[in-house]
Amino acid sequence: MNYFPDEVIEHIFDFISSHKDRNSISLVSKSWHKIERCSRKRVFIGNCYAINPERLIQRFPSLRSLTLKGKPHFADFNLVPHEWGGFVHPWIVALAKARVGLEELRLKRMVVSDESLELLSRSFSSFKSLVLVSCEGFTTDGLASVAANCRHLRELDLQENEIDDHRGQWLNCFPESSTALTSLNFSCLKGETNLAALERLVARSPNLESLKVNRAVPLDALTRLMSCAPQLVDLGVGSYENEPDQESFMKLMAAIKKCTELRSLSGFSEVAPLCLTAFYPICQNLTSLNLSYAAEIQGNHLIRFIQFCKRLQRLWILDSIGDKGLEVVASTCKELQELRVFPSDLHDEEDNDTAVTEIGLVAISAGCPKLHSILYFCKQMTNAALITVAKNCPNFIRFRLCILEPNKPDHTTSQSLDEGFGAIVQACKGLRRLSVSGLLTDKVFLYIGMYAEQLEMLSIAFAGDTDKGMLYVLNGCKKMRKLEIRDSPFGNAALLADVDKYRTMRSLWMSSCEVTLGGCKRLARNAPWLNVEIINENENNDVMERNEEDEREKVDRLYLYRTVVGARKDAPPCVTIL
Amino acid sequence: MSGFRDGCSSSGSVNVMIGVSSPAEEGEDDNAAAVALSSEDSCSPDETVAGTEIDLALGLSIGLNRSRNHSSKVRSFSSSLASSSSSSLTKESGTKRSADSSAAASKGQVAVGWPPLRTYRINSLVNQAKSVPTEDDIQKDTTTTTTKNSVVAAVKNDEVGFIKSPMLVKVTMDGVIIGRKIDLNALDSYEALAKTLEQMFFHTPSSVTTTRCKETTRASELLDGSSEYIITYQDKDGDWMLVGDVPWLMFLGCVKRLRIMRRSGETGGGK
Repeated sequence: MNYFPDEVIEHIFDFISSHKDRNSISLVSKSWHKIERCSRKRVFIGNCYAINPERLIQRFPSLRSLTLKGKPHFADFNLVPHEWGGFVHPWIVALAKARVGLEELRLKRMVVSDESLELLSRSFSSFKSLVLVSCEGFTTDGLASVAANCRHLRELDLQENEIDDHRGQWLNCFPESSTALTSLNFSCLKGETNLAALERLVARSPNLESLKVNRAVPLDALTRLMSCAPQLVDLGVGSYENEPDQESFMKLMAAIKKCTELRSLSGFSEVAPLCLTAFYPICQNLTSLNLSYAAEIQGNHLIRFIQFCKRLQRLWILDSIGDKGLEVVASTCKELQELRVFPSDLHDEEDNDTAVTEIGLVAISAGCPKLHSILYFCKQMTNAALITVAKNCPNFIRFRLCILEPNKPDHTTSQSLDEGFGAIVQACKGLRRLSVSGLLTDKVFLYIGMYAEQLEMLSIAFAGDTDKGMLYVLNGCKKMRKLEIRDSPFGNAALLADVDKYRTMRSLWMSSCEVTLGGCKRLARNAPWLNVEIINENENNDVMERNEEDEREKVDRLYLYRTVVGARKDAPPCVTIL
Repeated sequence: MSGFRDGCSSSGSVNVMIGVSSPAEEGEDDNAAAVALSSEDSCSPDETVAGTEIDLALGLSIGLNRSRNHSSKVRSFSSSLASSSSSSLTKESGTKRSADSSAAASKGQVAVGWPPLRTYRINSLVNQAKSVPTEDDIQKDTTTTTTKNSVVAAVKNDEVGFIKSPMLVKVTMDGVIIGRKIDLNALDSYEALAKTLEQMFFHTPSSVTTTRCKETTRASELLDGSSEYIITYQDKDGDWMLVGDVPWLMFLGCVKRLRIMRRSGETGGGK
């Protein structure tokens, strides 16, 4: 029995927004479950095949905001065939049919069609926000229907999607009455933009805080845009300019000076260094800077700019900044929380003196006390450096290190990097995400299993010696949710040791490992609540044909995930669900 | 041990692996890999190095996919790689690399998925590094105006929706630590090239030059040979040539990178 009437409890629940917490609340009692589910507005579904839309709607009738993730993470690196799945259409159909008052849809790694976008735009009259990350399958025609029909659209955020640009007039499709835009990001579009339409749209959107344009918006147009939107907080620059002339440059700088609210900068693909210097007037206000696409801007320019960015909390940069540059970051950006350093030159023949090494990483760890997330691509690493980093930064939540060459040992001792990563997991008690690389034996997994108590996501590539490695992780990391492994010698023994473990995990990915078809079949038999998918891209895509398959045959790609709705019906021929 | 390191840190080894997918990958876009993949079964760690560099390199990646004693096998492969002549290996992987990058550029896919970078990001890098103009580029080169703001011009013209890819080549100068990149597609002649280089390297009061940075050289001097510096370029075959001998468009077709050399240090050859 509850002390308070349901409405009061519901009101209290309103203050609780975290998905985890709301999930916990719903487990307390039947009555709380009911109140919670009827009042739930925001739902996050980490794997769109773990549940189906009908059941979702049944449980959460008041749904306003839905986040869906489709393809597994390694799809980002082309390890998953395009036709694998992750279609959003059935979800939109079901939501429309049930007349859900959907206001926000956030999709990641899903297949979206123009048809889906059209249906979306016509079915939800209060629709406000569309965020698509790493999606594909649609064109600017779909965007046009969203622009035209979603009268209350506030946010259209397209991040790194594969969009077929029909060079149509989708920007023109925003009605003149549409003035509610707060965020517009079309940086991933490849084609020409109707500049006049864009300028008109920005001019009539006084609440626009975030604007990210694509490459086709030249500098003078950008200047005009900024002039009529001095309230911008987040700007994505995309234009190409070899060397702007004096006048354009001065005009740009004047417009930028007026943008006193600007806190976040990104873009700069194919932009001459001079364009970056135009932002000097506001750089001390910046909290977020993404120059990871600015391959044109040389290290010294980057360094000069960052020297003034004392309030930076988030920095995404290319390794052309070099160790010296990272030392400057370490001494300047004392508020830094998140750093990502991407490789700038994958095809460099000579030893690139200006790329980053363990020295830069150590400098950052020593200089930035608030650092909690790092993604670092480099060519070399040492145990000593990692041990020092661990000592300097015990607060890491995300630690992702990618040494470009697989199996590369500590370059000073030629030993494996087990001790270095071991130090990281031991010191960083709150570590939730870890990616390991370099030469690693089973020992590193022993450490991970022993110390990484909060670890939820682990990415392994070219590591380990025997099944023991994987077993250490499965047995030790109680909070593991996503485990993805490639090119490592883990096989059936590890896969099958504790089938119930997969109940507590969202998914497991194993590619180019030692698991066999027989092992996967056995797993599928013992765990009917799992979808065990085998992905095989052969020329003759007929797995059916080979019914005398050798059970000892190694499985190229295995993806398994817990689900309450059984095998999905939309799998392509190259995917077999056991 | 240092041999092992050298052999592996030459990115030739990484790129060769990138060129070779796991055997199940579609091989339609990467002919070199497809041809070589057919020898997968015959590859073994004991194969001799001589004359089997491609096979060996492939064996390396296949060894990675399939071997039992995983890491030790990789290590032995790597050391045998190191002992092979690294220049020829680089050359092989150089050819593969351009095949890969054009395949990657056209298809937006890197075969093996390593290093773990989103296609979107790799494409932006591939476009930056592309030094050999594709057929499209050559077509655009002759039809669009080659003003400085050539892309802006293209956008304003009837070339709706097509953004001309810049042709970026690395430029290094003797005595200067940090190299630069310039877009050759934005230039229309050797004079423009010399002028750009002059502005880049001889007028910037930068802290990046180690030697006396008060060099004053006029663009024309760079070209006619009266300056202390000469402009050289590395062509598709890896040879270093003097800039200015061939017609400009032909030059664009074969230039891979540029180097401003000090006359006195002219010993020929690359790095």
